[in-house]
Amino acid sequence: MGMTMTEKILSRAAGRETVTPGEIVEVEVDLVMTNDITAPLSIREFKKTGLERVFDPKKVVLVPDHFVPAKDIKSAEQSKIMREFAHEQGAIYFEVGRAGIEHVVLPENGLTLPGQVIIGADSHSCTYGAFNAFSTGMGSTDIAAAMALGTTWVRVPPSIKYVYTGTLPEGIGGKDLILHTIGLIGVDGALSAAMEFTGPVIEQLPVDDRIEMANMAIEAGAKSGIFPFDEMTREWMARYSDNPYEPVFSDDDATYQEVVEIDVTNLRPVVALPHLPSNTHAAEDIKDMTIQQVVIGSCTNGRISDLREVAKILKGQQIHPEVRCIVIPGSQEVAKQATREGLSDIFLDAGAIFSTSTCGPCLGGYMGVLAEGERCVSTTNRNFRGRMGHRNAEIILAGPQVAAASAILGRVASPNQVPVAVGD
Amino acid sequence: MRFQGKSWKFPDDVDTDVIIPARYLMTSDADELAEHVMEDIDPDFAKNVQKGDIIVAGRNFGCGSSREHAPIAIKAAGVSCIIAASYARIFYRNAINIGLPIVECPEAIEEAETGDEFEVDTNEGWVRNTRTGKAYDAVPFPDYIKDIIAAGGLMEAVAKRVREKGQVSSQ
Repeated sequence: MGMTMTEKILSRAAGRETVTPGEIVEVEVDLVMTNDITAPLSIREFKKTGLERVFDPKKVVLVPDHFVPAKDIKSAEQSKIMREFAHEQGAIYFEVGRAGIEHVVLPENGLTLPGQVIIGADSHSCTYGAFNAFSTGMGSTDIAAAMALGTTWVRVPPSIKYVYTGTLPEGIGGKDLILHTIGLIGVDGALSAAMEFTGPVIEQLPVDDRIEMANMAIEAGAKSGIFPFDEMTREWMARYSDNPYEPVFSDDDATYQEVVEIDVTNLRPVVALPHLPSNTHAAEDIKDMTIQQVVIGSCTNGRISDLREVAKILKGQQIHPEVRCIVIPGSQEVAKQATREGLSDIFLDAGAIFSTSTCGPCLGGYMGVLAEGERCVSTTNRNFRGRMGHRNAEIILAGPQVAAASAILGRVASPNQVPVAVGD
Repeated sequence: MRFQGKSWKFPDDVDTDVIIPARYLMTSDADELAEHVMEDIDPDFAKNVQKGDIIVAGRNFGCGSSREHAPIAIKAAGVSCIIAASYARIFYRNAINIGLPIVECPEAIEEAETGDEFEVDTNEGWVRNTRTGKAYDAVPFPDYIKDIIAAGGLMEAVAKRVREKGQVSSQ
């Protein structure tokens, strides 16, 4: 009987011929990642094993990104624990100023490859499915165990195939597709399953958009999200990595728990209203919803392609007088590229701020925490109550174009509602 | 293990941001985290929860972030056990790993109310609501997970393996 790409990766990593959904297997991991919030717990648990060294320092990655540059003394202490452990172990470590958000930095450095098993102590570690890897988020203790053993246990997920058909309308991107999907199936619509994203629309979809989709598989409760390997993946990998890799392909007779067809032809830019990512609507149907803040960035939408889309809309425009617009590049590389291309000037001239790379506001850490009653359009991935600050603040999730349009108009808006800039 | 305690009922999709908001994640100290447990869904919970109380919740409990601080905060607040219709998978693993007893039992949730008295046996896999007198079978744990629980948590199981092997070979 055939296997899905997820089952193939897991059977290879388990040293088995086949695996079956539902069974628990121990797999070798290719990369184990942790960040400044989750690492101190992982390190504390790792030390309980009595081991002095991690299983392989070249496969252990530590990225400070959530509360860095340190926002207060306590977070500085957390970062310090992590930095010292990384140096002591000779593990892969990305320092502030040479790094950025983990899920942007790792792929840029060619560390996340097709066919791999990647686990991270961050729920958005499912991002690397965009490159045809099995990748998933776990807690600090699971990561500690993997740092010790080089293996982890996985309950083989059933795969659900999402087939995107029709014609992708102009201006609709990966963020719209994944929000729309979560809106259809709900925040536990793919609970513990592997979401396999396929179909003619996906075949044409740039890798950066695939990253946005895989990144948010967790918001449907999925264990992982994965894309077929194709020419676009190959080109992307060639740009970022010299490392060898072995992609996997689903068999024609593979078994799926469910096949869901989604016609995207009539899709309009999507927003998710508070307080769940599944509360989706067309942006242009939301009338008179004023906002006080816009956040553009994060592991979902902090790549150069996102900033280019934002700059196209903000060029020659001004941020609405009652809105703070915070643009955060996903990495130092993205920041450099945005500067080279003149995008940062566009943001600054429009009256936005252009920050150093951080997860900061996405989880209400710093750099844009909301007050009671405030409302923010954000290109991040979660709009749970209290996520970005006060429990009575509101987050509206959107793609970069809707965020830029909303920043100009001071309310939830679709890009087609923005008047042409003076001088254009 | 058998537990008996007063229940606190929560809805579907309780996320880790409301269990322990990220504004408190500058520490891994369990007692400090416990002071803020459930703060954004029930600001008085941390103040009112009693040692041994049981959280009863709907589907997808613990969705969202991978923060292990969430089950740590719940455990340190004195909650003895969670009964939920289903769990988000990272929370499920985290709870097992740190030794916070959880049971999956969708049938028990429907009629449950805050203030009910529940009895739970995690070994035998059943839940009983004393007020209604109804008992329910919980979804059993796979053997692999039972072994982790029996070892006293994941790191205890790993430490045992490391001791038995002497040294773990690197790949």
